[in-house]
Amino acid sequence: MSVSEMLNIGMMQGFAGLSLFAVLLLMGLGLAIIFGQMGVINMAHGEFMTIGAYTIYLFSTITENHFPKLVQSYFIFAIIAAFFIAFAVGWFIEWSLIRHLYKRPLDTLLATWGISLGMQQIFRSFIGPKEVSPTLPDWLMGSWSPHEGLDIPINGMFVMALTLVVTGGVLLALYKSRWGLRVRATVANRTMANAIGINTKKTDRLTFAIGCGIAGIAGAAFTTIGSTGPTSGSLYIVDAFLVVTFGGAASLLGTMASAFGIAQMQSISEFFMTGSMARVITLLTIVLILMMRPQGLFASKIRR
Amino acid sequence: MSNTDFVLAVEDLTVSFDGFKAIDALNLYVNQGELRVIIGPNGAGKTTLLDLICGKTRASSGSIKFKNHEMTKLAEHKIVRSGIGRKFQTPSIYENLSVFKNLEVSFPRGRGVFGALAFKCSDDVKERVQSVATEIGLEGSLDMEAGLLSHGQKQWLEIGMLLMQDPELLMLDEPIAGMSAREREVTADLLKRICKNRSMIVIEHDMAFVAQIADKVTVMHQGKILAEGSMDKVQNDPKVIDVYLGH
Amino acid sequence: MISKLLSSLKTWIDQRGLNGFIILAILLAVVFPLAMDSFRLNLVGKYLTYGFVAIGLVMAWGYGGVLSLGQGVFFGLGGYAMAMFLKLEASDPISTKIQSTPGIPDFMDWNQITALPIWWEPFRHLPFALLAVLVVPTLLAFIISFAMFKRRVGGVYFAIITQAVALILTVLIIGQQGYTGGVNGITDLKTMLGWDTRTNSAKYILYFVTVALLLASIYGCQWIQKSKLGTLLLAMRDKEDRVRFSGYDVAMFKVFAFCLAAFLSAIGGALFTLQVGFMSASFVGIVPSIEMVIFAAVGGRMSLVGAVYGTLLVNFGKTYFSESFPDLWLFLMAALFIGVVMAFPDGLAGLWESHIKGWLARGRAALRKPKNPDAPPSQIVQPDADVMTMQEIGSPPLARSASGSPRVPSGAGMQVSGIQGQSA
Repeated sequence: MSVSEMLNIGMMQGFAGLSLFAVLLLMGLGLAIIFGQMGVINMAHGEFMTIGAYTIYLFSTITENHFPKLVQSYFIFAIIAAFFIAFAVGWFIEWSLIRHLYKRPLDTLLATWGISLGMQQIFRSFIGPKEVSPTLPDWLMGSWSPHEGLDIPINGMFVMALTLVVTGGVLLALYKSRWGLRVRATVANRTMANAIGINTKKTDRLTFAIGCGIAGIAGAAFTTIGSTGPTSGSLYIVDAFLVVTFGGAASLLGTMASAFGIAQMQSISEFFMTGSMARVITLLTIVLILMMRPQGLFASKIRR
Repeated sequence: MSNTDFVLAVEDLTVSFDGFKAIDALNLYVNQGELRVIIGPNGAGKTTLLDLICGKTRASSGSIKFKNHEMTKLAEHKIVRSGIGRKFQTPSIYENLSVFKNLEVSFPRGRGVFGALAFKCSDDVKERVQSVATEIGLEGSLDMEAGLLSHGQKQWLEIGMLLMQDPELLMLDEPIAGMSAREREVTADLLKRICKNRSMIVIEHDMAFVAQIADKVTVMHQGKILAEGSMDKVQNDPKVIDVYLGH
Repeated sequence: MISKLLSSLKTWIDQRGLNGFIILAILLAVVFPLAMDSFRLNLVGKYLTYGFVAIGLVMAWGYGGVLSLGQGVFFGLGGYAMAMFLKLEASDPISTKIQSTPGIPDFMDWNQITALPIWWEPFRHLPFALLAVLVVPTLLAFIISFAMFKRRVGGVYFAIITQAVALILTVLIIGQQGYTGGVNGITDLKTMLGWDTRTNSAKYILYFVTVALLLASIYGCQWIQKSKLGTLLLAMRDKEDRVRFSGYDVAMFKVFAFCLAAFLSAIGGALFTLQVGFMSASFVGIVPSIEMVIFAAVGGRMSLVGAVYGTLLVNFGKTYFSESFPDLWLFLMAALFIGVVMAFPDGLAGLWESHIKGWLARGRAALRKPKNPDAPPSQIVQPDADVMTMQEIGSPPLARSASGSPRVPSGAGMQVSGIQGQSA
C-alpha cells in the first residue's frame, strides 16, 4: 500500500467521521434547544425527524408525477417545508400537551413517548409500513474525487453544509435575535422574565416549535443518506439525547463538541471492530463519563 | 484562647460563584452555650454562611472546625450526625405526614438504609416525641397533618424536628419571619429555653427580637464581618450605622 | 366462636390495609386457575412476571421518585441467567450430537464456536444460576445508581442513562450472537434438573410459584412502605434537603429503591424464562422497558396491588388488540401514555380511591339510611373535585391522596392497600 493510498483511506475515514458528526449534531440541535433551554424531554423528537423525511418524500413524489421539470430544484423547497410542517406540529403539541406538564419532567417524558407511538402508527397507517426514499436530484448523487482513489460522497458534503447553515442559524438566532434573548432570559429566571413583560408561555411554545422544526430539517437531510420508515425516528432518539447530555445540557457549544467527540470515537473504533461493538464501546464510554461527570462536558457553575 | 475551646471555628472561609465572592475570608468563632445572632443587609452572605457550615454549599477555601473537627470535606449527613442542625428560611417540614411522624422521622436512630427498615417506634421514641412536642407547644396537634398547621406552628415544628436530634450547634435561618407579635414572644422564650445546653446561630432581621435573645451579635456585609460584640456595641458602631442607613 | 374469629381476622386485615392484597390473592390463586384453561393461565402467568417489574417501579418511581426507563435490563439479565442454566441442561452431548461440537448450545455451534466460553461454565449449576439471577442485576443497579445518586443526578438524567444502558445491552446481546443467541435469544429450553417445564402440569406449578412469589414480594414491599424507610422515601420526595439535613444519606435510600426494583425485575425475568421457555433481547431494549413503566402507571404508581392489575389489563389489552385490531393497539397505547399522565396520574388505584370508593360508600349509605343527612352527595363529590385541581397544579400524588383521604366518608369499606399505606 503506497503512501498516497493510505492518505486517501485516512481522508475518507476522516470524512466518514465528519459526516457522522454532522448527522449527530443535526439530530442534537433541535433537542439541545428543547431539552437544554426548556428542560423538556421530548421523546417524540425522532418522529419529528421522520416528519421531515416524509415531507421530502411527499415533495419528491408530487414533483415527479406532476412537475417533472422541477426534479432538480424541489429539494431546497422541500427542506424549508419540512421545517415548517414539523414546526406546526410541534406548536400544536406544545399547546395541547407539553405546556400542562412543565413542572413534571418525568411525566412529560412518558406523554411524549405516547405521542411518538401515536405518530409512528399514523405514519404506518397513512403512509405505509414500508421504508421509502425520495428521488434525489442528480446533483446530490455520486461523489467528488479530487484525485485518483479519493472519493468524497456528495450527499455527505451536502449534509455537512446543511448542518453548518442550521447551526449557524441557531447560534445567530439564540444570541442575536429578540427570540434568543427571550429564551435566554426565560431560562435564566422565568419569574423575572415574566415580570419584565416577556410572554414566557409564548416563548416556550415558539422554542419548542423551533426545536421540532430543526428536527424536521435533520430528518429531511437524512433522506439523502438512508430510507425512511415509520419507526426510523426511534433509532436516533437515544443517541440524540446522549449527544445533548454529554455536551452539558444548556450549552450549544457543548452539543457541538460532544457530537464531534462521539462521531470520532464511533468512526475510529469502527475501524478496529464490528459496527455493533464500536457502538457498544462508544455508548459505554459516554455513559461512564456521564456517571463520573454528570453535568456533561460544558456546564457553568451556577449558584443554587 | 486556642481554637479547641470553641464549638465552631470558621477561619479564612471563602466561597466564590463565578468570581463573585459571596463569603470573603471570613472568621467566626462561637463559644460553648452561646447564642449568636447574625444580622446584615440582604445579600450580605448570611444564608450562604449557614449553607457552608452545614455543607449545602462547598467552600472554595478556608476551614470550618466543629469541636475541632474539619467539616468542609464531610458529606452533609455526616455533618448533621456530628451534631449540627440547621433550620431553613422557609419552613421545611413534611407537609403530608402527621406532626408525630415529622418528629419521629427526625429521631436520630435508624439512619442507615437497613437501620431505617428495622426501626421500631419504641416507647423511648414516643416519649421523646411527646417531650419535644410539649416544648414547641404542639402536644395537642400530634395527629394533625403538618401541612394544616399555621405558619408559625410550622416554624416551631421544624425547630422541634431539629431538637429531636439534640444537636450541639443549632442554626436557625430567620425563625420568626412571618410570625405575629405573640408568636415572636413565644419563639423568643423557646429559643432561650433550648439554648441552655447547646450553642446556637440565629439569622434575624428584627432588631427587637435580636436584642431580646442575643448573647453576641455579628454584623455581616458583603461577605465579610463588619462588626461583632454586644447588641449595644454593635448598634452604636458607625460602620454598622453607615451600612444600614446608607451614605 | 367462628364468627368472632372471623371478625377479629377482619379487623386485623383492615388495620394492616390488606383488603386489596387479599382480594388480589384470591383472584390470582383461586379465581383465575378455576376459570381459565391452561393456555390462558400460562398467559396470565407470563403477564404476572411483568408484574414484578411493575411493583418494582412502584417502589422506585412512585415511592423513591426514581424513574427508570431501563427495567428491561434487569428483567432480561434475570431471564438470561436462568435461560443459560436451562440451555446448558438442554444441550447435553447426546441431544446435540448432530452439531459439529456436541455439548454446547446450538446457537454457539451455528456461530462456529467450538468450546463453551468460560463465563458460561458456572451456569451448569442451578444454585449459581439462581444466585446470578438475584445478584447480577442488583449489583449492576447498585453501580449505576450509586454513581449517579451520589453525584445528585436524578430525574430525567437518570432516566436517560438507564435508557442508554438498555440500548447498550440490546446492541451487545444482538451483536455477540455467538455467546448470547443474538436476536433469537436463548430458545428450546426443556428441563430444569430433569423436570420437564413444558408440560401442562409443570405450567400449573410454575403459575402458582409465580403467584406465590409475586404475593410475597408485594407483602414485602408493603412492609417496606410502612417502615421508617417508606416514610423517608415519601419525605424525600416532599423535602429532600430536610431529610438530608436531618442526617440521612439521601442517595443511599434512592439506591436502595432502585436496587429493590432491579431485584424484583430480575425475579420476574427468571420466572418468565421458566414459564415461556425462552429469553431474548426483545425484552431488554428501550421499547419494552418503557412499556413496563406504563404497566405501573396504569395501575397507579403509588399502589402495589394496582400495578399488578395495571399489568394484567394492559397485557390482556395488548394481546386482544394486536390479534384483532393490530392498527389500533399503538394508538391505544399512545392514548394510555398521554391519558395516564394528563388525566389519571394515580392510575386505576387513584380512580378507585377518588371515584369508585366514594360511589360505593354513597351506595351503601343510601341502602342503610335512605335519607342520610350526614353524607349529602355534594360532600362526597368534594374530594374528587379537590383531587382534580391538585393534579392540575402538579403537586406530587402523595399530596393529593393525603389531602383527599381524610374527607372520604367513614362508610367507605374497601381500600386499595397500596394507597392505605401512605396515609398512615
